[in-house]
Amino acid sequence: MSQAEVTPPRPVVEMRDVSITFGTVRALDQVSLRLLPGEVHALMGENGAGKSTLIKALTGVYTIDSGQVDVDGVETQFATPAAAQHAGISTVYQEVNLVPNLTVAENMLLGREPRRLGRILRREMNRRAADSLQALGIDVDPTSELGSHPIAVQQLVAIARAVDTDARVLILDEPTSSLDADEVARLFEVMRRLREEDTAIVFVSHFLDQVFEIADRMTILRNGRVVGERMVAETTQLELVQLMIGRDLQALERIDHAAQEVAEAEETGEAAAQRLPVLSAVGLGRKGSLEATDLTLYAGEVVGIAGLLGSGRTELARLLFGADAADTGDLSIEGSSRRRLRSPRHAIDRNLAFCSEDRKAEGVFEELSVADNMLLGLQASRGWLRPIPPATRATLVAEFMTALDIRPADPSLPMRSLSGGNQQKVLLARWLITEPDVLLLDEPTRGIDIGAKTQIQQLVVDLAEKGMSVVFISAELEEVLRLSHRLVVLKDRRKIAERPNVDISVNDVLEIITGEPGGLAEKERVDA
Amino acid sequence: MPDPRTSGTGRTGRALAGRAFAHRLFWPLAALGALLVVNVIATPTFFNVRIQDGHLFGSLVDIVRNGAPVLLVAIGMTLVIATRGIDLSVGAVAAIAGAVACVYIVKSPASGAAGTAIVAITTALAVCVALGLWNGFLVSVIGIQPIIATLVLMVAGRGIAMLVTGGQITTVNNDTFAALASGYLLTLPVAALIALGVFAATQVVVRRTALGMLIESVGINPEASRLAGVRSRTIIWTVYVFAALCAGTAGLIIAANTHSVNANSLGLWIELDAILAVVIGGTSLAGGRFSLAGSLVGAMLIATLTRTIPNIGIPAEANYLFKALVVVMVCLLQSPKARAVLQRRGERPAGPPSPSSREEAVA
Repeated sequence: MSQAEVTPPRPVVEMRDVSITFGTVRALDQVSLRLLPGEVHALMGENGAGKSTLIKALTGVYTIDSGQVDVDGVETQFATPAAAQHAGISTVYQEVNLVPNLTVAENMLLGREPRRLGRILRREMNRRAADSLQALGIDVDPTSELGSHPIAVQQLVAIARAVDTDARVLILDEPTSSLDADEVARLFEVMRRLREEDTAIVFVSHFLDQVFEIADRMTILRNGRVVGERMVAETTQLELVQLMIGRDLQALERIDHAAQEVAEAEETGEAAAQRLPVLSAVGLGRKGSLEATDLTLYAGEVVGIAGLLGSGRTELARLLFGADAADTGDLSIEGSSRRRLRSPRHAIDRNLAFCSEDRKAEGVFEELSVADNMLLGLQASRGWLRPIPPATRATLVAEFMTALDIRPADPSLPMRSLSGGNQQKVLLARWLITEPDVLLLDEPTRGIDIGAKTQIQQLVVDLAEKGMSVVFISAELEEVLRLSHRLVVLKDRRKIAERPNVDISVNDVLEIITGEPGGLAEKERVDA
Repeated sequence: MPDPRTSGTGRTGRALAGRAFAHRLFWPLAALGALLVVNVIATPTFFNVRIQDGHLFGSLVDIVRNGAPVLLVAIGMTLVIATRGIDLSVGAVAAIAGAVACVYIVKSPASGAAGTAIVAITTALAVCVALGLWNGFLVSVIGIQPIIATLVLMVAGRGIAMLVTGGQITTVNNDTFAALASGYLLTLPVAALIALGVFAATQVVVRRTALGMLIESVGINPEASRLAGVRSRTIIWTVYVFAALCAGTAGLIIAANTHSVNANSLGLWIELDAILAVVIGGTSLAGGRFSLAGSLVGAMLIATLTRTIPNIGIPAEANYLFKALVVVMVCLLQSPKARAVLQRRGERPAGPPSPSSREEAVA
């Protein structure tokens, strides 16, 4: 991986003492960053640490207030992202910025199609796209429609497009947040190839394991400052996390214990006798999304759903909530005679709540204020004729801003101005205000920083202790295991296991999923 | 609805000016002011308002009175647009309302009685509710794109109005009905009072209940609204019915103004003026945040413009062209992008465009 060079090569990019101020906020404070050719450089930090600002300062989205950016040893200041791209610095953002209803090849060569006499040479275009895809080992038909592929493939296409413009610096902002393990492996394969070709890759990710697997060096930011530059091989995860959040991890350990104790109590059958089922699904299924599944939820219990992307974990939550209508099975909810839910409205009326995995598309209202976002669920239940009285509004908002530590603590700000972690907390608040009996959380901690993540995990534990029934879905198995009392494993749109979460390790879950002992993941784990 | 950020007190004058500048109603209001100034220069007595027979008379009063139908339609249109919709059928709905009311009055044995006019108006508005339900049904239940769904009634509606009037220009003689347009109450024209009353009532309902917030949530993110439990279907249905009611009221005022209804021409293109008023007022056609106050300014701007054209002696042939020019200018002034370009030009008038921006322009 990382050779300790005797004479380090000249950096492709060197940023020195770069500062940016927005209003009164110092977003970047004398930040320095060196990118060497042929390295994967992880940019680490919590949300709001300045990672995105730094990327935008480098790529000409923001103008820097002071400091210097050298590209190939020449001082440079890009006026626009297009200028940066021209100079070989390409960025692939978390949300794929391509056109889903054009073909893969059209997307890759968008804006620079091969032409003759104004006519686009389609065959030439497909050939060129196929060549670049093949060079990166991406097996995709260039003539297929981009939108027909999973997000992971779209992401690879976005990278292929970025690289195809002769990128010497490739910036990947949270590229793995919606990928499953196999897809991450494919992405890393592509990244390794590019590294061999001396591309400098900036890798931003919240997944520490991934960073430690792929990155050579890292720069750690906190509150707009660089708090460390490390070789990955010489750093431990614990050390990194401490640098990032500037405090210890006792909170996480406390959470671990809480869940473990409850699960053990259950194992011994102590709690089982007095548990009340709040929701039970019998044979609940929907064609093309989930085979008939049984699931019972009890008050005061966290059920963790484990499974890879596409295993049916999101589909299960959506069926339970009526976001998609089930075409088989019955759902019985305490205190309700209805056997199917046809819409979220019905589910909410029966005290269910559901946080979608897709915050941006299915959760937040960016232009509305934080307060409105928080109160929308309750207001929708009351109907438009019965507005929440201003005094109640103020109390509720203030209470949840504090309880969930939402920052900045100004509820009149538009939702768009909050970081991902804080937006997620606002969405949680939206549902908690409705006082649900069942809370379905689909990837509530995806793409948010460790601080917020810990807070949300702690919240889940607390809610269950108070008697709420929580369904917790996450791609991170560690997290599912840490929080849940009972574990449900899905695979290929089917439930394949359900058991109390006692002494189950990540490897055990992987064994259940893969059906083979150990598996690839174990080897990697041993290495780390 | 004033933006809370601009109503802060105790700041320096410059900061206040800066905020006023950034307020989304600044440019439409400035354009309105400029048009009025132009009129005063052309006709120094333009601002004169006199009381005659207990009625207010003057150009300004005329503007508000003549702008009433567009304002009414624009109020309904604002809410529809805020839900990501659009209602092209308002002109046709106005024609149907006018036709129903006039034909009812003409066919009634007591065609001059006040009672007849009231029943006629009520019937016409009831028909509008039905038409609005139809639009709302197509959009929210069947799921047809609003522009297509309302196009159906835009075309068919004129036909319905023709059927109602039997293809004739129907003339009525009913003082109560005529008072909708030419009457005065407390020295003010009834038409203006109706429009402003609807404006105020809508403003109160939308901001005092949760309707405004729910309309915006549906417009900003329909899927998130559904998952949050918002009854989007009811909301969408409500706004289309409301838009039809507004359009119907506008149609009644127009018919009352001419004492007649011509199914072919009543309210023709009023949907475009209304959409224009909404856009000038700063409500995005993409839905979401809306401003009724903006639509009010927009509607008044359009009414003033219509008045300005003959007043400053622009030939009738150039009428539409002039209107278009002013509207384009207002829209440009409102666009942050266009303003940024203008400002940059202002700062560096002599310098050649930088190489990077030129590159961008080529690419």
